[in-house]
Amino acid sequence: MKNFEYVRPATIPEAIAAAAQPGAAYLAAGTNLLDLMKGGVARPERLVDVTHLPELDRIERLPGGALRIGALVRNADLAHDRAFAAAYPAVAEALLSGASAQLRNAATVAGNLLQKTRCGYFYDIASACNRREPGAGCDAREGENRQHAVLGWSEACIATHPSDFCVPLVALDAVVEIEGRAGRREVPVEALHRLPGDAPAHENTLEPGDLIVALRLPAEAARFAAHARYLKVRERTSYAFAVVSAAAAIDIAGNTVRAARLALGGVAAKPWRARQAEALLVGVTPDAATFRAVAEAALAEARPSGDNAFKIELARRLVVRALTLAAAGTPARLPALPASPFASQPGALPHA
Amino acid sequence: MPEISLSQAPAHQRHGSNSGQPLTRRDGVLKVTGAARYAADNHPPGLLYAVLATAAISRGRVAALEIAAAKAHPGVVDVMTPAHKPPLAEDPDAKTNPFMFRLELLQNDQVRYAGQAIAVVIAESLEAATEGAALLAPRYEALPARVGLDGDTSFLPPAVGIGNPAAVTHGDVEAALDAAPLTVEATYETPAQYHNAMEPHAVVAAWDGDRLSVDTPSQGLIMAQGRIAGLFGIAPDHIHIRSPFLGGGFGSKGMISGPQLLGIMAAKLVGRPVKLVLRREQMYGPVGHRAPTRQRLRLGADGEGRLTAIAHHAKTVTSSFDDFYEPAADASHTLYAAPAIATSHEAVRIDIGTPLFMRAPGEATGSIALESAIDEAAHACGMDPLAFRLLNYAEVEPITGKPFSSKALRECYAQGAERFGWAGRPREPRQMRDEDGFLVGWGVGTATFPALMFAAEARAVIRADGTGVMETGAHDMGQGAWTALAQIAADGLGLGIDEVEFRAGTSDLPDAGIAGGSAHTATAGTALHNAGAAVIAKLADLATGDERSPLFGAGNAGVVARGGRLHRRDDQSRSEGYGEILARAGLAEVEARGQGTADPAAQSTYAMHAHGAVFAEVKVDPDLGQVRATRLVGAFAAGRIINPKLARSQLYGGMIWGVSFALHEEAVTDRRSGRILNADLAEYHVPVNADVPSLEAVLVDEHDPHVNALGIKGVGEIGITGSAGAVANAVWHATGVRVRRFPIRIEALIGA
Repeated sequence: MKNFEYVRPATIPEAIAAAAQPGAAYLAAGTNLLDLMKGGVARPERLVDVTHLPELDRIERLPGGALRIGALVRNADLAHDRAFAAAYPAVAEALLSGASAQLRNAATVAGNLLQKTRCGYFYDIASACNRREPGAGCDAREGENRQHAVLGWSEACIATHPSDFCVPLVALDAVVEIEGRAGRREVPVEALHRLPGDAPAHENTLEPGDLIVALRLPAEAARFAAHARYLKVRERTSYAFAVVSAAAAIDIAGNTVRAARLALGGVAAKPWRARQAEALLVGVTPDAATFRAVAEAALAEARPSGDNAFKIELARRLVVRALTLAAAGTPARLPALPASPFASQPGALPHA
Repeated sequence: MPEISLSQAPAHQRHGSNSGQPLTRRDGVLKVTGAARYAADNHPPGLLYAVLATAAISRGRVAALEIAAAKAHPGVVDVMTPAHKPPLAEDPDAKTNPFMFRLELLQNDQVRYAGQAIAVVIAESLEAATEGAALLAPRYEALPARVGLDGDTSFLPPAVGIGNPAAVTHGDVEAALDAAPLTVEATYETPAQYHNAMEPHAVVAAWDGDRLSVDTPSQGLIMAQGRIAGLFGIAPDHIHIRSPFLGGGFGSKGMISGPQLLGIMAAKLVGRPVKLVLRREQMYGPVGHRAPTRQRLRLGADGEGRLTAIAHHAKTVTSSFDDFYEPAADASHTLYAAPAIATSHEAVRIDIGTPLFMRAPGEATGSIALESAIDEAAHACGMDPLAFRLLNYAEVEPITGKPFSSKALRECYAQGAERFGWAGRPREPRQMRDEDGFLVGWGVGTATFPALMFAAEARAVIRADGTGVMETGAHDMGQGAWTALAQIAADGLGLGIDEVEFRAGTSDLPDAGIAGGSAHTATAGTALHNAGAAVIAKLADLATGDERSPLFGAGNAGVVARGGRLHRRDDQSRSEGYGEILARAGLAEVEARGQGTADPAAQSTYAMHAHGAVFAEVKVDPDLGQVRATRLVGAFAAGRIINPKLARSQLYGGMIWGVSFALHEEAVTDRRSGRILNADLAEYHVPVNADVPSLEAVLVDEHDPHVNALGIKGVGEIGITGSAGAVANAVWHATGVRVRRFPIRIEALIGA
């Protein structure tokens, strides 16, 4: 492993100063970064360990009802936080559908947001990858790409963002609080990740030294708590990234939808909010035909980037299913196989 | 030698035999507490760390390495390259026996496959060696990679597996197919798979002059010892290999691999102990794999559903520089009665590491294709797939006409079907849904694996204190050899299992043969059994020839060893303890040796196979195509079962691998570079617990008087066969979609 400088700042300003240098990287749980370093995909000069910064591991209710989640809160702790899971059940379900129990016990909120793509060419350092090395080319474009993007991709990059957590977050208008050299600012999660365009290495809107200190879920998003699901198609029942995933949330009064949220995962370089599709639901009494129309709208701009045309129809069907399940109501307890199409099946335990 | 003993008292007082008891594995506590010492856990004083630098191209040569840059990195001690390495006494490309495969030991600058070792960096720390390897920044002269089953022109392999003929015919298949009122023809593809043992290949090597000490996992200690001896030009008995535990092998640790030998070379180069542990991605190349296949099945049947012809042709790949051919079509030799059977193989050479034995090599790949085709034929004949299999039940081995030494397959079908609840299965597909609307399908597959025997030796000792010692250099890969073989050893000595010190896992013990071919318990067990009989015979001679013994004169009647005493066979009230016999003879101990080998007469007379029937239920999301194997029941007849708990565990493992084969496992290779893109356990999928919610393995009683003295057939590999096909057939039954490319993926079903 390449030798690197390890610093452990005591305060956020110290952390920002230390991480603003070229070649620096923040280290939290390291569940992604350490693998990248072992594989030579990331070769930071300096690791800035933020795990000892104070007060970043809290979950707190803000005046007005929003929930503020510290950047260092562990995925498992957040998913099992009762207040959080009650208000934002689809987010809890997404968290519990990701990775393995061991990884969820370690991985942090902000680390999850900033995880790298799982594109095999990004990890294979002998392959050309514009995301890893700007200008190198994209070996995925004509390569083994059945898992790659169908929305928002470019000739420069067809990778997807792998997070489950981020998908319901963008659906629910979650916001990240960022501390940087220019002070504190807020960015919607939806605006945090960038589509590749001609600069796929520029993955997000963070500046050097920027540190995500918290994630905020607005109070308003809790209106969907009774009708919110996250659903994930994967190639084994657990411990697999999504082929396609969807977060669906509906606010229904009587039989009429007052508001709806829809986002897709595994389809683009960022968690994909489907706003135009959402709009089709508002004010209607939803039925199967409506859901199919919503799904068509959500994928209207999709096109295959390789051997992955199936993902487009799969995503449409998943949208229909997720909306159907959301309309049926959030289950009283999280299922034993969170986000799985088989979640309703009897397992070893009835609930997570 | 690790301290291994029963970790819990038996649930009930045992009488007589240790064999047949479901003992909990005796090394279990060591493993769950971390006290079991695996190869990489060893840290001799002065240890250095070696890390492989591997090729990023699949074919060509290394033009340059930045050796100075690597050496300049703090902590780097040396860089072993083709120009700077200890001399070898033997060409790594030499082949002098069928179990000898060509190795990449830095003999030149050629690159044969991506991931091949091209240099070894040796350093004071793992981190320094790792960075040193990265700093080598190789430059290559690359040639286009040959990738996949169509990577080059195909040819007829000289032999498949180990010395099996590449083409076998019995009867006139073409005429039978032409005449058949019903024919089924289909082509199936299976992917490249990698063993992915949990424990990566590791070696800790220390030289003392021309003596060598090695800690390394091995499924074949004496073969490894011989390979090292040949390469380094030293006497085998100067090499001491310790392999008390393996974190899985599955065939990949059957022959010592190139990287393990590079660790030994590195230790020689620097004159200090060296540890080399493969990284996960480095296990995708130099330690073998299961080659991909494309198999064409043509079946003919008469009007009643009786098979008249089976033609099974398999195309596979091997490396550009060596020969191992997955004998996939041979799966059709033994299972179904047909008057005409033809099997054949073709192969292409591509730029990969040489494929090798991987759990049920040939049987697993061939089984999923054959069982799928049989299912297709059953449906074409309008028959239930189980009834079709029973109608075509082979009373003798079809390809040879030999009788089976034993074959309780009918009982397997019956017991498996009963436990599963097969009766009432609708014949047409896509007929069953569960309460949540998921498609439900049921499939069956027949399991079979040959009952093999290699050659092994064992040494038995009875000591004056009445306890015993049994030695054979056996290998516990996790399958439970420490326990099952100790059970046989204790029975051989007529002692309780805790009264016998069972020694295994090192190269200075009698040769236990190879732990492969599902033959280890049968082979090493027979050697232990015979050693026990021999030492008991010596003890009996001492007693029956001594007029002071209550057994005096019992020579003709014979004696029985039980509970640490010899009893007169015709009068069991007359007995004497082992200690008394030895004390009177003035002996501290008595020892004898035994061998375990196949009986050539029995082998030429009988076909010897284990059998089984696997029933699978899958559920498929009708819209999303996601599949889950919700229930598997396998019923297996494998002769005498020494330890039913461990045997079930082995069968579970095989059945899970069958699920993996049908639904999950596949190495993804870039079609241009030949590099594998999912060489890690996050992306190379094997089933997790949630993928196998319900498994049941039924052990069907079977007595086989011919396979060996103990009647053991082996359970290591059979579980994969049958299971993969059962799952695939269940997917068809659930969806009506016959997927012929494995693993079955969502895009194949999404239109279902």
